[in-house]
Amino acid sequence: MDLYEYQAKELFAAHGVPVLPGEVADTPEEARAAAAGIGTAVVVKAQVKTGGRGKAGGVKLAADADEAAEKAAAILGLDIKGHVVKRVLVTAASDIDTEYYVSYLLDRANRTFLAMASVEGGMEIEQLAVERPEALARVPVDPIDGVDAAKAGEIADAAGFPADVREQVVDILVKLWETFVSEDATLVEVNPLVKTPEGRVVALDGKVTLDGNADFRHPDTAAKFEDRDAADPLEQRAKEKDLNYVKLDGEVGIIGNGAGLVMSTLDVVEYAGRQHGGVRPANFLDIGGGASAEVMANGLEIILSDRSVRSVFVNVFGGITACDEVANGIVQAFGLLESRGEAVRLPLVVRLDGNNAEEGRRILSEAALPGLEQVDTMDGAAERVAELAGAR
Amino acid sequence: MSIFLNEQSKIIVQGMTGSEGLKHTRRMVASGAQVVGGVNPRKAGEQVDGIPVFGTVVDAMKETGADVSVVFVPPKFARGAVEEAIDAGIPLAVVITEGIPVHDTAAFFTKAQRSGSTRLIGPNCPGLITPGRSNAGIIPADIAEAGRIGLVSKSGTLTYQMMYELRDIGFSTAVGIGGDPVIGTTHIDCLAAFQDDPDTDVIVMIGEIGGDAEERAADFIKASVTKPVVGYVAGFTAPEGKTMGHAGAIVSGSSGTAVAKQEALEAAGVRVGRTPSEAARLVREVVAG
Repeated sequence: MDLYEYQAKELFAAHGVPVLPGEVADTPEEARAAAAGIGTAVVVKAQVKTGGRGKAGGVKLAADADEAAEKAAAILGLDIKGHVVKRVLVTAASDIDTEYYVSYLLDRANRTFLAMASVEGGMEIEQLAVERPEALARVPVDPIDGVDAAKAGEIADAAGFPADVREQVVDILVKLWETFVSEDATLVEVNPLVKTPEGRVVALDGKVTLDGNADFRHPDTAAKFEDRDAADPLEQRAKEKDLNYVKLDGEVGIIGNGAGLVMSTLDVVEYAGRQHGGVRPANFLDIGGGASAEVMANGLEIILSDRSVRSVFVNVFGGITACDEVANGIVQAFGLLESRGEAVRLPLVVRLDGNNAEEGRRILSEAALPGLEQVDTMDGAAERVAELAGAR
Repeated sequence: MSIFLNEQSKIIVQGMTGSEGLKHTRRMVASGAQVVGGVNPRKAGEQVDGIPVFGTVVDAMKETGADVSVVFVPPKFARGAVEEAIDAGIPLAVVITEGIPVHDTAAFFTKAQRSGSTRLIGPNCPGLITPGRSNAGIIPADIAEAGRIGLVSKSGTLTYQMMYELRDIGFSTAVGIGGDPVIGTTHIDCLAAFQDDPDTDVIVMIGEIGGDAEERAADFIKASVTKPVVGYVAGFTAPEGKTMGHAGAIVSGSSGTAVAKQEALEAAGVRVGRTPSEAARLVREVVAG
């Protein structure tokens, strides 16, 4: 889960990484009050989970509380790369002497963690990495040994931090590592980390990504930072039902078991759709190995409430769960949906293969469910479901 | 022969007494695998289906000579369980558990590397099977016969799908390496082992979006694999920035895309199928010569 800047800074502050005082505001009036509370010139910053806010007019300086309200009014509601601004951060303005960069992240390729640091902060780090790779120090961090003052010194020196800020930077690097580990983050980034004209080093902007698998260790943080506004309503409903669902923008609803098989199903449907008016997958939905009747019913319910869906592909490979159980699950799911007043009205193509496939197919044939067709191969079924979606 | 697992393998199950652990222990036993014990500190001395339960991995290894541990322990306790197995010096730890925090996996992976004595497979994987000889994990044993295809895959169900499509030709060993961002055994490890395995003639490699493991595997194939390799990559239509089911399956910016992986593999001489069925057909062509 990616956090907003204000949430990232909240975590930084909790672990002793210096940030400037700030407050979030959902309305111009709240921004005025926040600025009045801070009592100095402020910066009003759009809270969106995308870069390039400044260029899009989402970051503005305000001399006093009235101006803060004015700027907030201009920023709230802005569309920045498809993200509508619903909240701003009002934070003390600071003069900047120098901009730096520091981050920790998961290094998948080397299966370890990586510290990155540069005395040339401010620009997008991807850009710096391409244009001036020699200016970006990359120091591997052992997941067991972590970052103590000595390791932090090694990182600071690799990046070439000057003597006058080294001590502060080392302290920040240690505390930022504490944030990274104790919050179970896969990314903590400070860009820019700045030196003020007074020589103080503070985190001016921050980015944090938390590992959803670790939510059980941080139930409060996870609940507090859960982004209900940004989530698609269907994704939100699916999450409440514990379904692994991602909304996409096509017309063919997809249900399958196993993440890899479902990803593969999306691809196969997209290929088939090219022959049928360009229909595309409407979603990713993995109902897992078990594929019970209730999970199947919940999944179908979510997909059928997506108004852009014109046909549905149920693609199940009976591995751990045999196909006769899956077939019974589908039959029961139709019954369950009917009893919930959500009877299946769209054409459904089912492909059952694998363990006990013949018995599963027989069960579905005998049940003669309305609108349900069976095709024995994945490619054939994808062709048929795309044809059905394209014809409607 | 086979890779990593054979009829001599003596398997213990950590988390055998839980519902998933028990269900799959019974399946492993039914498929002929030598399951010699379970581990649960609170149930030491008991038996499940005649299989003894030990309090620690050390005890289980001492009493049974086990050399493989299959871990079903829930995410919260998985790090402790895997580290116990590494400390005990188990040669192969297969971590089935899904949903382990990546900081925990990074820590036990590093520990396994330092130990130099434990090979880690997973986490978030279906395990591995050497059909007709042994089975460590949750891959259904009746999908495919023993044969001469070696298979390595990030995805469980795509492993099953591919094994089923090629069930008559059969497999030397099929390894599900898992869909997490940090995993122990990689595509490259399996490719190297299959290259050296006299019972494997052709290798099938299944990848998916996220990371650059497939690209690196392609470099390895170019340099070190002489056996024919057929590939399949899932996730061509995955949107950027969305996690597709597996924690590691995410396209970040322009990296981790299926197209990049396919191109890298093809440049290394791998024949890549557009769908699992097409990949299976390519394998048949290779086998037919």
